[in-house]
Order: sequence, then C-alpha cells, then structure tokens
Amino acid sequence: MTDATDRSPAPRLSFGGAWSYDPAPEASDWVDRRDRRGLFIAGAFTAPAGGVWFDSLNPATGAPLAAVAQADASDVDRAVAAARAAAPGWRALPGEHRARYLFRIARLLQERARELAILESLDGGKPIRESRDVDLPLVAAHFFHHAGWADKLELAFPGRAVEPYGVVGQVIPWNFPLLMAAWKLAPALCCGNTVVLKPAETSSLTALALCEILQQAELPPGVVNVVTGDGRVGAALVRHPDVDKVAFTGSTEVGKEIQRAVAGTGKGLTLELGGKAAHLVFEDAALDSAVEGVVRGIFFNQGHVCCAGSRLLLQESIAEPFLAALRRRVERIRVGDPLDKNTDMGAIHSAAQLARIEELVADARAHGAEVWQPDCALPGDGNWFPPTVVTRLGHVDRLMREEVFGPVLAVATFRHPDEAVDKANDTAYGLSAGIWTDKGSRILDLAGRIRAGVVWNNTFNRFDPGAAFGGMRESGFGREGGRAGLSAYVRSAGGLAAP
Amino acid sequence: MSGRIDVSKTYKLYVGGAFPRSESGRTYTPAGAPGVNVCRASRKDLRDAVVAARGAFGGWARRDAYNRGQILYRLAEMLETRKAALAAELVAGGSVADHAEALREVEATVDLCVWHAGLADKLNPLLGSQTDASGPFFVFSTVEPTGVIGVVAPERPALLGLCALLLPVLVSGNVAIALCSESSPLAGLALGEVCASSDVPAGVVALLSGHRAELLAELAKHRAIDGLLLAAGDAAADAEAARLAADSVKRVRRCTLSAAGYAEPAAVRRLDWVEPFVEVKTLWHPVSAR
Repeated sequence: MTDATDRSPAPRLSFGGAWSYDPAPEASDWVDRRDRRGLFIAGAFTAPAGGVWFDSLNPATGAPLAAVAQADASDVDRAVAAARAAAPGWRALPGEHRARYLFRIARLLQERARELAILESLDGGKPIRESRDVDLPLVAAHFFHHAGWADKLELAFPGRAVEPYGVVGQVIPWNFPLLMAAWKLAPALCCGNTVVLKPAETSSLTALALCEILQQAELPPGVVNVVTGDGRVGAALVRHPDVDKVAFTGSTEVGKEIQRAVAGTGKGLTLELGGKAAHLVFEDAALDSAVEGVVRGIFFNQGHVCCAGSRLLLQESIAEPFLAALRRRVERIRVGDPLDKNTDMGAIHSAAQLARIEELVADARAHGAEVWQPDCALPGDGNWFPPTVVTRLGHVDRLMREEVFGPVLAVATFRHPDEAVDKANDTAYGLSAGIWTDKGSRILDLAGRIRAGVVWNNTFNRFDPGAAFGGMRESGFGREGGRAGLSAYVRSAGGLAAP
Repeated sequence: MSGRIDVSKTYKLYVGGAFPRSESGRTYTPAGAPGVNVCRASRKDLRDAVVAARGAFGGWARRDAYNRGQILYRLAEMLETRKAALAAELVAGGSVADHAEALREVEATVDLCVWHAGLADKLNPLLGSQTDASGPFFVFSTVEPTGVIGVVAPERPALLGLCALLLPVLVSGNVAIALCSESSPLAGLALGEVCASSDVPAGVVALLSGHRAELLAELAKHRAIDGLLLAAGDAAADAEAARLAADSVKRVRRCTLSAAGYAEPAAVRRLDWVEPFVEVKTLWHPVSAR
C-alpha cells in the first residue's frame, strides 16, 4: 500500500526550458471535412429549407471548419415524416436483419475510426489521444453490443411482449458528439425505432460523417435522420406531435424544459442531465492511484463531462499531502493543440463555455476561495483554460453546487465516512461518484448510501456499452447501456403510461 | 328506547404512523358516503406527510428485501383478517354495490399483497445485472428505490386500486404518500389501520383524503417528492401535474386501467410497474491489483 503521509515527496526534476517536447501532430490533411453537407433526411443530404448555414468553429484556433445547415420547423417536419414513413418497415424487419445493419455500422466505424477521431478533435477541441483511444472505440463497441441485442429482445424482457415506441427524437450535447450519437442511436435502432437526431449546434460534423457511414451500410432511408442547428431545432423536435419518445442528454435546466414540454403528451422520455459528482479519497487508499483517478475524473475531456468528479472530498488526515501530490501531478498536464499526440488537455469547446468557467472561478475567488493553477503556457488563439484546483470553499459556494463543465476541481474535506456520505449527497444531482479506499466493505457500504447512478470505486470515468449509465434525482431518469438501457426504447401493452 | 346503538368510526388521516385530523380542521362529505364526514386534507397536511415520509425512507429502503417481503406478507395477513370490515367499508363508502362484490375486491387486494410480498427479494435478480465489461473491471448494476412517491388512487376500485398502485412502489423500498379515492375514501383510510397493525414502519405509508384537484399540484410540486404515480384522472389536470413535476425532475407515470381492469390479476401483477420507481446503480471496481 502506498502511504503518502509518511513519505517525503519524490525529488522534483527540473530541466528548466532545456528540454521540451517537439510537436507531434496527427496529420489531418486527409480528413474530409466537407463544407455544407446539409441535413440528413430520408437517406440523403439535403439543403435546409431556409437556406441558412452557419460555421462550425475549431475551438483550438477559432477558425471555421465547415458550414452546417440551420434547420427550421419545416425541415424538422420533413425529418419526422421520413422517420415515420420508415418506421413500419424497420420495426417489421426480423431482429436478425436489424442486427446485420448495426454490425455493419460498427465495422465501418472501426474502419474509419481514425478519420472520425481527427474530425472529433478538430470540431470539439478534445485531445486526439482521447478521441482516438476512448471515444471512437466506445462508439464502435456501442453499435456492436446493441447489434447483438436486436434479435434477443425476448430474452431481455421475459414474460412480456415489448414493442418499439415508433419515432424517437434525440437531442445530444457537444462534449462527446459521436459517442452520444452512438449511445442514442444504437439502442433505439436495435429495438426497432426510427430516429431523428439533433446534434449540438457547435459539434455536428462527426454526426454528419456518421450519416455517410449509414449510407455505406445501406441502412434503409429514413431510419435515421439528422437535423442540425441551434436550440430552436431541438425544441421543435421534442415538441413535434408525431414524435413518440424523446431522449435528451444535456443540462438539467434544458432537461426540465423538455420534461415540461412533453408533459401531457404521452411521449416517452428519458433524460441524462448534469452532475456534480463527489470523489471521495480515504486515508487508506492507494494514494498515487487516487491522484491519477482524480486527475482522470476532472481533467478528462477538459472537464466537459456530466459525470466528472468535480467535488473532491479528502479525508482530513491526508488532505495536505494528497493536495501536494495532486498539484505536482497537475503541473505535468500538457494543455495545447488537440491534434498533438502528447496533449493531455485540449481546448475549451466554445467561447460561451469558456466565459461560464471563467465566471464561476472568478466568483469563487471573489468569495475568498483559494484558486490554484499550474504555471502552464496556453496557446494564443482559441478557447483555453488551465487545469484548476480550488480550496477553501464553503458548501454553499457555487463551485460546490453548480456544474462547471470545465477543468475546475472543488476540494473539501471530511473526517468520518458518515460525513463523507452526507457531503456527497448534499447536491440536487445524482449522476456519479467515486470512492478510493482499500477497504472493500466500506466501498460497498458507501456506494449503497451515495445517491448516484454510477459509482466508480478505485477507478473513475469508465464506460462500457453493457454497463448501465444514468442519473438519480435531478441528474435525470432512464439508463443507457445494457439491458436497463434497452428498456428506455421499448414499451409493452398494459405498462404504466408516460404522463 | 331499547336495543344497541352502533358506535360509528371517525375517519382520520394516516400520517407518520398516527391518525391525525386535518390541521385545517376541514371535512367533506364524500359523494359515495353522504352520511360520513372525512378529513379534507390540506397542503400543509401533505407537507407534514412528506416530512414523515422522508424520515422513514432510509430505514425502509435499507431493510433486507426479505424483511420487507415479510412485512408485506404481514400486511396481507392483517387484510385477510379484516376482510369483512373492509368489505363493509367499501359498501358504506359507496364504491361497491353489494357485500359479495366488496369481498371479492378485498380478496383480490390480499392476493396482490401476497404476490408483492414474494417479489421483494427478487428485484435485484430480475432487474440487476453483471456486465461483461471490456477491461479488468468487475461491473454490476443493482436496483434501489427512488425515494418518496406520490400515489393518487383511482376513484374505483377504492381499495384494490389504491393497493395496486401502492404495492409496486413500496415493494422496492420506496415510501408513499397516497391520496385515497375522493368519492369513496373509507376503505382506503381504513388501510391505515391495517398498516399500523402490520409492522409497516411509521411514515412508510401516508393516506390522505381530500380533493384531488386541490392536492395534486402540491404533490407534483413538492421538491422532496421524487416520483408520481397517478391513476388517470382529468387529462388536463394530470398534464398540469406532469408539468409541475418537471421542476424537480420527478419520475411520473399514469395508470390508465379502467375501474374494471384492476380486477384482472395479470393486469396488476407486473414487474414493469415496479421499474419506473427504482434506480439502477452501476458499480465499477478494478479486478487487477496492479
């Protein structure tokens, strides 16, 4: 067991500016980021009815990457009509045939994984190391996993006949653009639904590239439709009278709006919303591993993660040495070009998100919190924010309560496990939590008492298509992944109805 | 004067294991029982019930499922021994025409209670799972109760309908605040006496009588209520409740069975009525000690 309390810190090597990393950019010139692909409706790309296009920007440089269509209400109508027209044929297909299409899509995604990873990093700002090694493998795995369910639904739901909802409207966020598309599309399609998908305004390019893959896979036209644009498009989609079920991933604020909008319509609804996860470290934990876990928990994807471990709760006895070790580790985080293979943290996704992060950190500073950031050089253009650790916060401070969705770690301490549970649950959210301790019985006790849909123990930010993911309380309802995730896309005669 | 004068019962609310009158002092005369005064619960009564329910949630949720099952079985036993009285209350409450039909409703309620008693320790085997995760991790998903659930019973069947919505909520460890049938609340309120004598911990079930139109919005709005299960009522009022419930991201479901539909056992013995009010929790742990 590692014990940082009775160990002097490792000697710190410093070479000044003598040695630095050479740039190691992933080549991106071969990636097709075609301008004006348009909306994907009934199996074909089509221009928006209003003729309006907007630029999708590279968050690392601010430069436009490609023009994306701004859909209007008539485009949403067309997309829903295409999904409706395709619905009877798709649900009537034998499950085995739906499975074949999903398997094909999974294989095509694997074949074109690098291209899509580069496009994801260009459009989203996340490091290529993550888009290449985390996002894309999970995207393909999600289709592959759900392909295998398509002809086994009667095994998943014994004792009741399930049927698809029909047309599903799905609205996804910008933090994992292609991964969220996969999380939404694969279970919906496998259960026999057809889909209209609305990617986030600032990150549509990989979803549109995915549409090309759907064409390559010869998925029947209309089974998946993609409408792009700002929030008005999503609002029109979830309110569309011919949509039978809505699935949303995004902020709790917008989730509540959507829940209000579909109330009284009988539409099915699942919501995967925000979080403010507690990340508990006990004095008996393997502290070096815990430091890595905490770093992974909050700085992965620049902290643009709904399940990020954004509230670090340290047992008081190890708080100081742990923070010292954490700071040493954070000083080594390389922030910069998302396409550089040595980059740990890329660009903040948008100027608006950067402004929100800056505002919350400034607020903490103004209220007497201690804001620590490493001395790290940030690129000039684009949207950047250094990894940040904030201490001396009260439990009512905004950084302790509000989702930052950025690389900002709020730190507090506890003495007793019961206090840790109380502090962990002192939030309206309930998406995820982390626990670091060497004691198995304590893990199982605390994991049972913390109100969160996912609890990572001696690890953090792990995902698998077979593992249910989703929130309690104001982090939403419904699960994605595994059998629990399938049940979000089927209904049965005699079941309780959506309100 | 000769012969015996009956002792009639005052029907009161059931909150926190006690039988208070409405703090408001208000009563109403149910449509089905014109000679009876019942409490017209206020929004304050409902909030008091939420406090009691929140206090009871942890203990009920963390009981062994086997123990919860035994308590539900005890509830069935108590219902069984009070069959005649409950049937009489159904008739007196005006929701059932004759005693024989009322008895059938009580018996169906007992049977449903036994079904749920046996379900309590099957939820994780049926709804939980282990994941074949990629990588050296042990990953499993369990189910646990959502929290405090507001239940609105159908007007009829007054007892079976109430229990058909209460039991799927209670069985997983939720606690419930239920509005009884507005027109025929007597048997529903009498269920409190059954709960109180059957080891159901105080606060796990609250039973209120009153005006649905007055209390539904409060049930939907209250931030310490986590879910809502409504027997379908006025569509516009139910929709408004669903809208209000969004402010606290409540889990909301509507039961659209007809009054006659509850009598069909297969219609009310459903695992998928339990599912909306449980939360799936996934735990990850590394397998390798590296």
